[in-house]
Amino acid sequence: MTDFVQKTSGRLVLAALAALALATPAYAEADKPASDKPASDKAVSSQDGKYFDANGEPTYKIGPDGKVDWYTYSGFQRYSAECLRCHGPDGMGSSYAPALANSLKTLSYADFLSTVANGRKNLENGQEKVMPTLGLDKNVMCFIDDIYIYLKARSDDAVGRGRPPAKEPKPKTWEDGVNACMGPPS
Amino acid sequence: MNRLVTSVLSVSAIALSTAAFANESVLKNSADPKQWVIQAGSYDNNRYSKLDQINQSNVGKLAPAWSFSTGVLRGHEGSPLVVGDVMYVHTPFPNIVYALDLNNDGKILWKYEPKQDPNVVPVMCCDTVNRGLAYADGKIFLHQADTTVVALNAQTGKVEWSVANGDPKKGETNTATVLPVKDKLLVGISGGEFGVQCHVTAYDIKSGKKIWRAYSVGPDDQILFDPEKTTSLGKPVGKDSSLKTWQGDQWKTGGGCTWGWYSYDPELNLVYYGSGNPSTWNPKQRPGDNKWSMTLFARDPDTGVAKWAYQMTPHDEWDYDGVNEVPLVDQKIDGKDRKLVVHFDRNGFGYTLDRVSGELLVAEKYDPTVNWATKVDMDRNSPTYGRPLVNAKFSTEQNGEDTNSQGICPAALGSKDQQPSAYSPKTGLFYVPTNHVCMDYEPFRVSYTPGQPYVGATLAMYPAPGGTHMGNFIAWDATKGKIVWTDQEQFSVWSGALATAGDVVFYGTLEGYLKAVDAKTGKLLYKYKTPSGIIGNVMTYQHKGKQYVAVLSGVGGWAGIGLAAGLADPHAGLGAVGGYAALSNYTALGGTLTVFALPD
Repeated sequence: MTDFVQKTSGRLVLAALAALALATPAYAEADKPASDKPASDKAVSSQDGKYFDANGEPTYKIGPDGKVDWYTYSGFQRYSAECLRCHGPDGMGSSYAPALANSLKTLSYADFLSTVANGRKNLENGQEKVMPTLGLDKNVMCFIDDIYIYLKARSDDAVGRGRPPAKEPKPKTWEDGVNACMGPPS
Repeated sequence: MNRLVTSVLSVSAIALSTAAFANESVLKNSADPKQWVIQAGSYDNNRYSKLDQINQSNVGKLAPAWSFSTGVLRGHEGSPLVVGDVMYVHTPFPNIVYALDLNNDGKILWKYEPKQDPNVVPVMCCDTVNRGLAYADGKIFLHQADTTVVALNAQTGKVEWSVANGDPKKGETNTATVLPVKDKLLVGISGGEFGVQCHVTAYDIKSGKKIWRAYSVGPDDQILFDPEKTTSLGKPVGKDSSLKTWQGDQWKTGGGCTWGWYSYDPELNLVYYGSGNPSTWNPKQRPGDNKWSMTLFARDPDTGVAKWAYQMTPHDEWDYDGVNEVPLVDQKIDGKDRKLVVHFDRNGFGYTLDRVSGELLVAEKYDPTVNWATKVDMDRNSPTYGRPLVNAKFSTEQNGEDTNSQGICPAALGSKDQQPSAYSPKTGLFYVPTNHVCMDYEPFRVSYTPGQPYVGATLAMYPAPGGTHMGNFIAWDATKGKIVWTDQEQFSVWSGALATAGDVVFYGTLEGYLKAVDAKTGKLLYKYKTPSGIIGNVMTYQHKGKQYVAVLSGVGGWAGIGLAAGLADPHAGLGAVGGYAALSNYTALGGTLTVFALPD
């Protein structure tokens, strides 16, 4: 038991490192004490189909016809595969995990990364809520910006529930990044 | 320290134990309708009680007699036990056990609360439910979330022995109950979403010593198959029947988990259960039939060796775990008495097999919306005999990775999940809680990391087309494969049913109603709204000459995922969503036992 705790907390360092390694260069710049105010959520720049806000943090881009950028779409896919079982469909929450479409109204990008990578525990009030440490889970961490961007769009009501109706094409850099992160196909 | 306690206690357990076999204890006690000593009520898993004080004419007067808060807020599955004058109540993680004195208004006789590492919580798929305790030979058996199996002295709550059945660090957890059979305790395991190679294990009921372990997938000596004697659809399975259906070493992370219900036929000396999905949910990544995932097994409880096996969903493409209950009934088919095993699978087919030989007799849809397969091939001479005929449009394998296959019915949670059905020998009908939910399913590539989720598909679930309800409670004729009556429910029915000799059938709903319906017609005779949504199973017992009905409420589990959000139909236009309001408009969290009786 204690062994388990030690092992998992030993992971924390690794997990944080993994988060850093996987994050975009933009993250390194934004790696200062988490600002309390939310990012401006306005895409002011883009690089290879990935959009950034004024703080240099990743964000979404939604066209007038509802067409979403690739990262938002990929984030929807990965969220639904990796996070939905606890956090409910479309970031709406469940009986045992919070609605991330609400949480990201206040949670900063840096805090989001650290919570995903390191986990979180709330064992009070008969609830036994435990967020796992996902810092070593490639199926999550290789797509962490995608998931963040999708949930940011959900928390701003920029995308609705369910699968986004249309998407920008898959950028080559995204595919290369995923292949490098996930390793060779098995 | 744990080890020290265990070894000291196992010495005392040996000294105190009697020569009686557990099956005698379970057989004797489950034959007494005043008690409820294993989760399914009896070995045949019929969930039928001979008690008839509460019947069609008076059930309308039923009223709560007493209640008990468990102090835990998460999803409450399973049911309490009653042994003599004591009721045993369990909770989800942290898996507290209470012994309540029925002679003293439910006063707590003892309480057992294991110390478990909370890191097991997020490793459990879909909430921290536990489907309850079992009693045999003076012991209460609990299989904890962290896979520790404990035998508690039923009188004192003291641990007599404990054993680790798995390792949560590898994604191995438990939500299921256990089954005492003869001098052994049969125990399953969860972890299909973490790439666990799952198994059933028999422990010595007196000491906790491991006797045998039978994996669902792997080499013959691990799955305990005899290539010549173990049969499937009447033919010997042959050598390497599982290995041949996997690519390379993929069976090592192959899933086939065993978290469902187990039944036992003492005359045939066979144990029946089903195995779960192959890992991952992306079918493209694991070519082959992936045997023996999604399979019904009949095994000898003394040796673990399989007598027969039948794979219902070869090469699963939809997460249709085969773990649901396998009730045993004796009914006539074509005028001939048959020993049958019946199974309502997640895949939407209701199967009836000969439980001696494993011969497939009936396989029909128990929800008319099921569309992933047109039918199960019943032609013995066909090369696809016994296999589902998959509808290409809904094949996530054929549509491929990164393609969203739409409108698949049922959804991954199945036309029915683990919530067990009941059978009344008086009507000859099964009473089945069902889901009426469909899905979109998009598989994609995932990588395997031990102890991390290994899922590989994006799912969206929504109510089946053409209705505004997400559940049905049905009566089913297993000899013909026909629905006899249907009661619609707004939400999936996630509560185990109870049939009684009073010709009343009970079940719970996600809004929190305990309902009593007429066994012949399905007519609603009584309902009462308990403090929270019901995902527990209804049970009954008699104390001091009076019949009681009891159920745990406490919403959660898979159903809790839809609690906050509701399920939206992505194909319906805007505005349609309102028809499927979120469950949170009806109920909130909280574990409570409510016990009902007729007024004096």
